Amino acid sequence: MALQHYLLVSAMLFSIGFAGAVSRRNAVLVLIGVELMLNAGNLNFIAFARYGRNPEALTGVIFVIFSIAIAAAEAAVGLALIIAVYRHYQTIRLDRIDSLKG
Amino acid sequence: MDLVFWITAVWTIVSAGAALSFRNPVHCVLCLVLAFLGLAAFYLELGAEFVGFAQILVYIGAVAILVVFAILLTRTSEVQEEQRQIPWAGLTVAGLVFTALAAALRFSTLAWARPVSAPRPTVKQIGMEMFQGPYVLAVEVAGLLLTAALIGAAVIALQDQPKRQP
Repeated sequence: MALQHYLLVSAMLFSIGFAGAVSRRNAVLVLIGVELMLNAGNLNFIAFARYGRNPEALTGVIFVIFSIAIAAAEAAVGLALIIAVYRHYQTIRLDRIDSLKG
Repeated sequence: MDLVFWITAVWTIVSAGAALSFRNPVHCVLCLVLAFLGLAAFYLELGAEFVGFAQILVYIGAVAILVVFAILLTRTSEVQEEQRQIPWAGLTVAGLVFTALAAALRFSTLAWARPVSAPRPTVKQIGMEMFQGPYVLAVEVAGLLLTAALIGAAVIALQDQPKRQP
């Protein structure tokens, strides 16, 4: 398979995650969309690392490992925030959380 | 090889789409697990075994379980999204994003590069690079970040103490 196939799949995943993140009302599902977008980025890194000029370099793989670590931290803090918001408002629907709305 | 790629691609994209279109959030997370599995299969296909297994361990083992916990802890009795209408605005913008990315790919010069046959990175090489190479400081910083995230998540999600009456 050529590099572009992987990049196309990754672009597709990014778009799906983006569509979910901007159009779902449930905060948890928005977070899922963000996770999918991050994963699309990781797929890009691995594909470029494999098809790049010098595939014996480990930079791409190591970057993805760090990216996974950051994504895990982000998911943990994001879900904790969602739980705190739920405790405060008794809902996680993003259109109901509008205290700051003018 | 081609068949494996197409199966994995269709699997991943369909389950990712399903993960964001079901009504019940629990079904969404189950489909998300399938999408993560497809991504891990991609990493294995691309010769990044360690990343593939890390994907399974971290995303399916930790992130998906965390999301399930969050859904169960925030379950509301209010009616599910009443009479869902299709979010045309979001879908249109996402379609435009995909079109732009696909057009950029179509006209890029790196087009249709073929893989060079190279030895796949072994776990030993990755470990040597991370703990003896130039990434030692980054590993330490990542560890610090994860610790801070752990403590921060615990503090944020902690039950508010009821105020004592004087």
